[in-house]
Amino acid sequence: MSAALSRLRGPNNEGMLVAVILVVVIAMSIASPAFFTAGTFFALVRSSMVPLIFALGVLLVLISGGIDVSFPAVAIFAAYTTVKLSVDGNLNPSPFLIFAIAMAIGAALGLFNGVVIARFRLPTLIVTLGTQSIFKGVLIAYIGSLYISASDLPRSVTQVSDAHLLDVTGGGYLHFLIIPVVVVALLVSAMLRWTVFGRSIYAIGGDTEAARRVGIRVVRTQVRLYVLVGALAAFGGVVYVILGRNANPQSILGTELDIIAAVVLGGASIFGGRGSVGGTVLGVVLVQLINNNLVVVGIPSTWQRAAVGVLLLAGVSAQALGAARARSRPVVVQKEVEA
Amino acid sequence: MTSAAEPVLEVREVVKTYGGVHALKSVSLALVPGEVHCLVGENGSGKSTLIKVISGVEKPDSGTIVIDGRVHAHLTPNEAIRSGIQVIYQDFSLFPNLTAAENIAMLSELAERRALSSRKRIHAAAERVVTELGLRLDLDATVETLSVADRQLIAICRALVSDAKVLIMDEPTTALTHAEVQRLFVIVRRLQQRGVAIMFVSHKLDEVLQISQRVTVIRNGRLVESGEASGYTRRAIAKAMTGRDVGEERLVSDLAAETPVLLSVENLSRAGGFSDVSFALRAGEILGITGLLGSGRSEIAEAIFGIHPADTGTITVRGKQRKIRSIRDAVHAGIGYVPEDRLTQGLFLDVSIADNMVASSLDSYRTRSGLLDRRRVRRSIADLFARLRIQAPNVAAVVRSLSGGNAQRVVLAKWLDRRPLILVLNGPTVGVDIGSKEEIITILREQAAAGMGIIVISDDIPELVTSCHRILIAHDGRIVAELVGDEIDADEIQRRMAA
Repeated sequence: MSAALSRLRGPNNEGMLVAVILVVVIAMSIASPAFFTAGTFFALVRSSMVPLIFALGVLLVLISGGIDVSFPAVAIFAAYTTVKLSVDGNLNPSPFLIFAIAMAIGAALGLFNGVVIARFRLPTLIVTLGTQSIFKGVLIAYIGSLYISASDLPRSVTQVSDAHLLDVTGGGYLHFLIIPVVVVALLVSAMLRWTVFGRSIYAIGGDTEAARRVGIRVVRTQVRLYVLVGALAAFGGVVYVILGRNANPQSILGTELDIIAAVVLGGASIFGGRGSVGGTVLGVVLVQLINNNLVVVGIPSTWQRAAVGVLLLAGVSAQALGAARARSRPVVVQKEVEA
Repeated sequence: MTSAAEPVLEVREVVKTYGGVHALKSVSLALVPGEVHCLVGENGSGKSTLIKVISGVEKPDSGTIVIDGRVHAHLTPNEAIRSGIQVIYQDFSLFPNLTAAENIAMLSELAERRALSSRKRIHAAAERVVTELGLRLDLDATVETLSVADRQLIAICRALVSDAKVLIMDEPTTALTHAEVQRLFVIVRRLQQRGVAIMFVSHKLDEVLQISQRVTVIRNGRLVESGEASGYTRRAIAKAMTGRDVGEERLVSDLAAETPVLLSVENLSRAGGFSDVSFALRAGEILGITGLLGSGRSEIAEAIFGIHPADTGTITVRGKQRKIRSIRDAVHAGIGYVPEDRLTQGLFLDVSIADNMVASSLDSYRTRSGLLDRRRVRRSIADLFARLRIQAPNVAAVVRSLSGGNAQRVVLAKWLDRRPLILVLNGPTVGVDIGSKEEIITILREQAAAGMGIIVISDDIPELVTSCHRILIAHDGRIVAELVGDEIDADEIQRRMAA
């Protein structure tokens, strides 16, 4: 492959994803005139917001060499508890306060994950499978199991639900919360690139033992990482509640595999050490594009799951092929230069 | 003592036990600035434990470590690094997913307790070390795309980026070819001139004598000898290490002229690997293939075993032409292969020695009803365990717990149990200490004497000289020389390899 082509492909297959997204968009536009409209675009943005926040958390954990399936439980636990507290106390906290309380709860749950994983060096998948059930159980048993509808939500929450950034008459609207979501994505990206903490996450994902040997405090970094990921999940949970105008302790749960699929599609490696925010955004957008619009172009919605599955396999195979090609590159016979 | 310099690092009467077993029994030694101090000893002699104690990874039970006059009873890894002690581990401990520059300079970013990381600053810091050492490295390349030799250089640069006073190199030459080792030595001498104290751990005694001023030998956790390198010979060091005389003479039995040809390879080629390779192997013969890294020596072995099949050419086993397109074909033709990277390619690390031994030959233990004949399996395992003199508590021990020499014997056992006609070994004694090496060669001689054809791919020239009937030298993917009998000589091989 020529250098120019491989540059276009990007370090994590981003170029390939952009190409696939373009192909899908063009194909759908041809198949249905109703597709290429502002309305479709806004709906895509709206449906991508929550998955993107979750995906950012999943991305961080994947880069560090772990895998987290507890984030939906953390998200709904934090969001539902915050809303329930406000409703029961008959409070009407400002949206900022709601986000702050929820993220504090999420961070605490993340701390629990992090301490168990880092201190006892346990496999992340098993730990988060366990904590996911614990969080779910505690939420239903001790905090509440009832659906809180729009009319019962605090006023401050429903006000945000109606906050539109851009309104196109007859063509839908762009939700205000896109701003904080984009800001969070940019912050995570900057953190991964320009902070020692971010680079340490890559290092730990690359080789944990080597990280320990060069003096990275692996336990502390991992605990901080899971705290951050918990707060991110909680942020996503609150956005979910605001957009959906209801708080249901059973919602969000079960979405973890779709999110992980989107992140892996975006070029993050399940073996750790690799992944980018840009790729993750593209992965999420591609999955949402397929999920939202198969119906528009006349493909039965029953095919949605299968389509996402095919996408995931295609994405992972592309990565595996790329890796195999890199490995089997013919041996360059080096001329020995005497020093 | 010739040098009057104050030691920069002193280990005083360090004792370390693991679960009642003495790993170090009151070891003391001192490192002086500008001196290369070689530490030699067999696998399990306590070398690695000593390194771990010095780098703060393990805490000694008693004894102290004195760095620049400061006495430490409990050193932590971070304290050791801050005191100027750097270890280059055998596996390099690099981050495969990060760039060379980041691997080199990350440490200093951490040491300065920075919060923000700057690509520019990292690049500049890495650049400085690289130019100081007069190296050429692509700093923006991801480490996983670089050669082993480049990785070695990166590990050295990383150790030096934060002014190391003591540099410990744990078997730095295991994965390097002769020319690369010489280049490494140039760098070691340069460091020496800068006043760095260097502790060099190696199995290769020639290298030890070439580079060091002092030699310290440990055996069974005890320091048995220490003295100026000029007063030692290979033989004396080997004796101190093992406690017995180790034979290194050329010991090759004569092959009868009419012994049948087992394997013949004609005009074998593979694009990007090797071309037009032809040779024959007779029963009872040990054939060596050597060459520099990238000369095609490993690729030839991998083609014969079907890992990366040849594009053109023929392979004939016992007079019958065989199409070898896969490992299955090769195994079927009676060829066995002991890979270069035995730990990842040849063994199930977390499985017992017993299960590893029979893993590839289970088919032959089938009873008429299709079940495993457990009694015969047990008998084979016990037989192999004894025959290969594997040092382990019992056959149930997991392979991960074994030293390099013993793990290599398990791989051998696995293949011997299949009773192949031809056994191809790629670097059979890489990372294996001198005593085990001799025993592995003895085992190979026994197998050859029993009629097996053996091909040894190696860049350990003394080892080839002691054991091979014939040696082929590969260069740029071609066989450029064939040495037989009296022509086989270490210097001659060295000369032909580099030609």
